[in-house]
Amino acid sequence: MNKLWTRTLEAVAKKPNAINIMSSLLAIVGGLLFGFILMLIINPNLAFYGLYRITVGPLSSMRDIGWVLRNAAPILLTGLSVAFAFRTGLFNIGATGQLTVGAFFALYVGVNWTWLGPAHLWVALLAAMLGGALWGAIPGLLKAFRNVHEVVASIMLNYIALHMINLMVRMTIYHPDERALYPASSARLPSWGLESVFSFPGMNIGILIALLMAFIIHLVLNKTVFGYELKSVGLSRPAARYAGINEKSRVVYSMIIAGSIAGLAGGVMFLTTGIPFRLSNVLLMQGFTGIAVALLALSAPLGVIFAALFFSWITRGGNLADRAYDPELIEIIVAVIIYFSALSLFMKQVLADFVKRRTKEDVQLHESQGDVS
Amino acid sequence: MEYAIEMLDITKEFPGIKANDQVTLKVKKGEIHALLGENGAGKSTLMSILFGLYKADTGTIKVNGETVTIDNPNDANALGIGMVHQHFKLVDRFTVTQNIILGYEDTRHGFLRYDAANEKIKQLSEQYRLNVDPHAYIEDISVGQQQRVEILKTLYREADILILDEPTASLTPQEIKELMSIMRNMTKEGKSIVFITHKLEEIRQVADRCTILRKGKHIDTVNVKDTTNEQLAEKMVGRKVLFDLDKKTAKVKDAVLEMRHASVLSPVTKQQVVKDVSFTLKKGEILCIAGIEGNGQSELVYGLTGMYPIIKGNVTLHGEDITKSSIRKRSVTGLSHIPEDRHKHGLILDFTLEYNLIMQSYFTEAFQKRGFLKFDAIREHAQELIERFDIRTSAGPVTMVRSMSGGNQQKAILGREIERDTDVLIAVQPTRGLDVGAIEYIHRELLAQRDKGKAVLLVSYELDEVFNLSDRILVMYEGENVGVFDPETITEQELGLYMAGSKRSEAS
Repeated sequence: MNKLWTRTLEAVAKKPNAINIMSSLLAIVGGLLFGFILMLIINPNLAFYGLYRITVGPLSSMRDIGWVLRNAAPILLTGLSVAFAFRTGLFNIGATGQLTVGAFFALYVGVNWTWLGPAHLWVALLAAMLGGALWGAIPGLLKAFRNVHEVVASIMLNYIALHMINLMVRMTIYHPDERALYPASSARLPSWGLESVFSFPGMNIGILIALLMAFIIHLVLNKTVFGYELKSVGLSRPAARYAGINEKSRVVYSMIIAGSIAGLAGGVMFLTTGIPFRLSNVLLMQGFTGIAVALLALSAPLGVIFAALFFSWITRGGNLADRAYDPELIEIIVAVIIYFSALSLFMKQVLADFVKRRTKEDVQLHESQGDVS
Repeated sequence: MEYAIEMLDITKEFPGIKANDQVTLKVKKGEIHALLGENGAGKSTLMSILFGLYKADTGTIKVNGETVTIDNPNDANALGIGMVHQHFKLVDRFTVTQNIILGYEDTRHGFLRYDAANEKIKQLSEQYRLNVDPHAYIEDISVGQQQRVEILKTLYREADILILDEPTASLTPQEIKELMSIMRNMTKEGKSIVFITHKLEEIRQVADRCTILRKGKHIDTVNVKDTTNEQLAEKMVGRKVLFDLDKKTAKVKDAVLEMRHASVLSPVTKQQVVKDVSFTLKKGEILCIAGIEGNGQSELVYGLTGMYPIIKGNVTLHGEDITKSSIRKRSVTGLSHIPEDRHKHGLILDFTLEYNLIMQSYFTEAFQKRGFLKFDAIREHAQELIERFDIRTSAGPVTMVRSMSGGNQQKAILGREIERDTDVLIAVQPTRGLDVGAIEYIHRELLAQRDKGKAVLLVSYELDEVFNLSDRILVMYEGENVGVFDPETITEQELGLYMAGSKRSEAS
């Protein structure tokens, strides 16, 4: 047993990926535990039931699984957007603004350009990416050429996007009665039979698009020259500059790509019949959840897939548990679980220290035993 | 003879390394005791234990014959132990007095009493002939004076035992001489000095006895007068050291890099930090840029490599004007650059070694195809360089560079830049912070490059290095070229005068 434990630790110590995965898992366990404690405090009698509903509930029917998959798509994309920017050393807190602009571009095309025929949906999705890219380019340019911190610029741009898009939607898409309007049927995400697999009417191929995107970003970051340059800039701008990389243009490209992924999230969210785009004075939450997703995934594109699925799962679990707790409390509990889970980085440090200490003690133990014999 | 300090059988272990292993150091009253060893030999750890920054695992410390426990620097101060760190701990915007009394303020009703402090500082300054103005601001005085402020700080706290950590590292030859006479003055007044260094010549000039550490172990304590430099070096390194590099006469060929009346603007300070500098670098020679740190040498190199803009004059490489070219263009055209700050510029610490070794060439056909990296080629390339340049790692090509030792990090950069086989190699402080073995290796490599017909531009703040390697010496002072000299005909003292700005040659 002891030997196995030591060997596992040694294996973990050798593989940075293993440490990353384990720290993310630990963060999730920590998040669930924290949520559970919260439930115990609020109403101890229902705590076990609540935890059961939150964790197991979403897996109890195909319909629920379908819900989890569909709602994972936008946060997978925003998470990917934030993670991608992180790898270039940028904190894209503006995913929500880029998502909003992307949604507007998608809806504008989706509602108005019905003449496009079979290409309608794909043009609308491309428009979503273009919108997000434009909105991401602004903080990127400001950062590269004026050294304006991207966090400050994109937070302000979030609100500009919110109110500007409200105005633009009213001017160009909605009728004066301000009712929500769905995109034309030719611009809606098809289900490709997923509807019947999950017997869930709102199901569509959004999750497939998001998965494809995650694999593309994984390839770009880890296999290409461009990814090498982006990561160099992210890890050390002075060193990248020394190596002759045009680090300013890389910052701009990175924000454009991050923005376009977040914009695509807007397309995937609203080119459906599910949730209509409403005029609102509140920023879309999916952009911020993307930050938590990226943190839990430690900015690894493939990790983002699992992190997004987990968050969507817990959110669904919260919906299912609202018979046990008030909806507001459920929201708090879910939020606590999600944000606690984002402490992967912290967990990674804890784990790394632990592994280091354990393996060292073992080595010393072996050495001292060797001395005796 | 009574001892001022006795550190007996001190052992200090850090995770993975025994920094001090049963080390004994005995310092007599009124002597200058040198502590000699390579980087990582445990000198600083031992002194940090004496100064209360670390706690020893085992062993005893006696001050003036009495066993003491030193848990923090305040305890050390109370026992009359003062330390001057290698990197000064001064507030630039404070006056000398303000810096000296910091943490030791004399107050009345919550108000500082400057007059008494000023008076005491003035008196101490005269007593030890330190020549420091208590009212001057730190940012206005020279590095040598700043060091004297640090010394005053310990004297103000009534220290009898001074620890000087590599005190000569950033001083000019003249300042070193002054420091040594100050040290002698202090011992005359009954103070004891522990002097950390790895420069043998300084030990010979000023120290009475010398304790040598190697790899955390106490090797020997000797009377300096009874030993030769060769013996000291052998004890320090653990093998015979060749002092004389096998330097052949240079076979200088045609010019390859030319700078004409160039001025460089620092984007950081918006100041013109290099003013009207001209020089020619020829194939087959090592041109050394000497000077005290901060006189525009770094910026000159940044200007050459394209990291800072050249606002006046021009630079040509192979006769082609590269004044406005990008960094990439210059490096591809024929500039290799071993940068001054290997952690900031030279390496990406959180990349693997193999990724770092392709930093300057990842975009070439050798390592990419249609935008995708060729991982096999990258691995092979790393293995070749590891072998050729003897880069020691824990996990080969996939070692994280951050976890490598400074010497091996520098070998990685050296290997990467030399392997590119360009005509011009610019090396800035290539041996800073390295131990004797690594320094020897890098010096040999640089000479080998010269003998292969490369043009080498070396920026160095160490006079030994300047004289050992260079074929010509260009001295910079306050951003200007104050003269080009032949190392065979100029003395260290004379060069020092040019470096300090008190002399300049019109011939340049």
